[in-house]
Amino acid sequence: MDRVVKTDGWLLARALCDPASVATLDANGWTSLLTIARAEQLIGSLAHRLEGLPMPESAARILADARGSAAQGRVLALWEAEMARRALASLGCPVVLLKGTAFIAAGLAAGVGRSIGDLDILVPMDRLDAVERALIAANWEWVKPDPYDDAYYRRWMHELPPLIHRDRDRMIDVHHTILPLTARITPDAAALIADSVALENGLRILSHPDMLIHAAAHLFADGDLAGGMRNLWDVHRLVEEFGTEGVFDRAAHHGLSVAMHRALRLAAALYADPDGDQLRLSRLDRLYLHRLTARDGWGRAVRPLLRQAFYMRSHLLRMPPLMLARHLWTKWRGGHHAI
Amino acid sequence: MPEVAYHAVALDTLRLVAADDLIFAYHRASGITHLLAPPAPEILNILAEAPMRADELLVQLAALYDLADGDLAMLVARLDELIAAGLVWRA
Amino acid sequence: MKHTHQLRIGPVGFRIGSDWAAPIAQLKTLYRDYPSPHDDIADFNVRLFATRPWRRLVRPSVMIGGDYILPEAAPLPLAQGLLAAEMAMNLQMALGQRRYLLIHASVVERDGRALIMTGESGAGKSTLAAMLAARGWRLMGDEFALVDPTTGLIHAFPRLVSLKNKAIHVVAAAMPEGRFGPLLAATPKGDIQHLVPDARAIAAMDQPAVPALLLFPNFGFAPAIRDVGAGEVFVRLTQASTNYVAMGERGFTALTRLVREIPAKAIDYPDTGAAMTAVEQLWTGL
Repeated sequence: MDRVVKTDGWLLARALCDPASVATLDANGWTSLLTIARAEQLIGSLAHRLEGLPMPESAARILADARGSAAQGRVLALWEAEMARRALASLGCPVVLLKGTAFIAAGLAAGVGRSIGDLDILVPMDRLDAVERALIAANWEWVKPDPYDDAYYRRWMHELPPLIHRDRDRMIDVHHTILPLTARITPDAAALIADSVALENGLRILSHPDMLIHAAAHLFADGDLAGGMRNLWDVHRLVEEFGTEGVFDRAAHHGLSVAMHRALRLAAALYADPDGDQLRLSRLDRLYLHRLTARDGWGRAVRPLLRQAFYMRSHLLRMPPLMLARHLWTKWRGGHHAI
Repeated sequence: MPEVAYHAVALDTLRLVAADDLIFAYHRASGITHLLAPPAPEILNILAEAPMRADELLVQLAALYDLADGDLAMLVARLDELIAAGLVWRA
Repeated sequence: MKHTHQLRIGPVGFRIGSDWAAPIAQLKTLYRDYPSPHDDIADFNVRLFATRPWRRLVRPSVMIGGDYILPEAAPLPLAQGLLAAEMAMNLQMALGQRRYLLIHASVVERDGRALIMTGESGAGKSTLAAMLAARGWRLMGDEFALVDPTTGLIHAFPRLVSLKNKAIHVVAAAMPEGRFGPLLAATPKGDIQHLVPDARAIAAMDQPAVPALLLFPNFGFAPAIRDVGAGEVFVRLTQASTNYVAMGERGFTALTRLVREIPAKAIDYPDTGAAMTAVEQLWTGL
């Protein structure tokens, strides 16, 4: 089946899925691939997938730098986790690592070459105040929000307002569930914690099915699909390593069946078989893929109307319409922009 | 209640370079670079061998390194700095 | 991107795209003798773009984009598009360079050995580098010293030398055959004019040098020279490096080597003449 070779996110998806396919890239192709990979925060993962393959020396150098960068990022991320562990150790409550830091701490395939931004942890809701106090005592500080954002966060979001460490300048996001309280879907946070698995150092990670479900929930209900290619790469790597046993029952329990199934379909479409037959995908699936791959060879986000549609949709999922209108109005008055 | 002991990172997790009277220390586990001046290197040396309480540490410092700081409160303050830096912890 | 150009400065290749022709035309002219990126694959990408489509024509202002960006950066008027391109390339280096340790410094070379001059903005690093080049030193760069952590060598990054305000006249007088870019008046940093590195600097851009002397110049004081202690050198160099933390242990290796193996001096100077004298004196005394 012939496919028009476009310069968008599919270029990256193809390279990740079938590393040997980069042999046909010319200089322009390489430049676009590297730019898109950077824009999608996947250059470290790409660099590991392509390691050792024959390629122009410049590409090899750039990718070697990316591997080195990811390795150093890994050190810093694990250290943040360790310092959080030390700060919270005396509380005796479970501290569950989420997302990239969890993959790296547990040595999962999904963590290879991954870039890490903030530290995300999940703690029981009833220990939130104690956790907040312990972190502040250990020199984390509030990233100064405006009063409206702070009230919004505390009341409706699934996390504390963001904290940043005074000396190390790194952020920590403390979650008590994996979706905002205002979302129409309400996962069972207690079950997530109950089923979590302990690492050697006492920090915890979600069970494998829950990790997959979290990735799906995060992608569809908690965001406007920005960063979606990386999120779906996580899903793909998790499925490759652990399969989907127990996932569907668990997803149903959390009310996330639709999201989970869609995440698996999209991850497979992108990374298992990007050139394959896509007729089994629904129209909505294909819209999602179109949005997810909306990058050009300069790394710019393209397809603006589609992006805006998804941004609005993500807010709808997160908040009832009246609240949404009020929130966006307040943000607009504060000089923010809804795009 | 047993009194708390101070622990330090193993010395092989530190890359150490001396220049003038300072020690530059790259802590591999954290990626953080520290500039250590007395009594910090001496404290780390002692605690790396074995964890101990602050009062015991004070005695060791005086015996091994001839350090004039006989004040326990000041030692605890130095230890707190090392804790914030991630090189020492209490257990 | 409608208008594009690719070029290489030392070991680093850039791809620059622009919504307007003028900045690209200026880059092509000033960088005409520079090579292309290795393998035609750029290390970093830079974009000069309009905030809204109609701003390409109406009160055109240039937003800076690229692989690495500062989210709150203010746009520049189109007349300063060349400055925007230079700032954008510097930003990619500052935020994205991982092969070499970067130190905010100017570097000149003689007999295979490098003189590194580092300090805050306004200390006169660019001017001193240009003046030393006029006197026969090879210009390696005026913005970043690139330190190879494996070899300890300094690699050249001879971008356009950025001269500000009075320095423009001082250097123009000393280099009557020099190639200069357009005068960019009233930028956020005052008047700026770029000097194109001479043919020798461009031809030698792939030749590294052994670091031999580290200077901390201080403009506007009576002449004085003093030694700088290891601790102070280390701290000041980490402050002058944009990628020290990201470089991890390799950055530590590169920096401690510089601190231990190379003499470091602070020089106060009232004018470039006095600085030149101090430099020659220190260099001969090595």
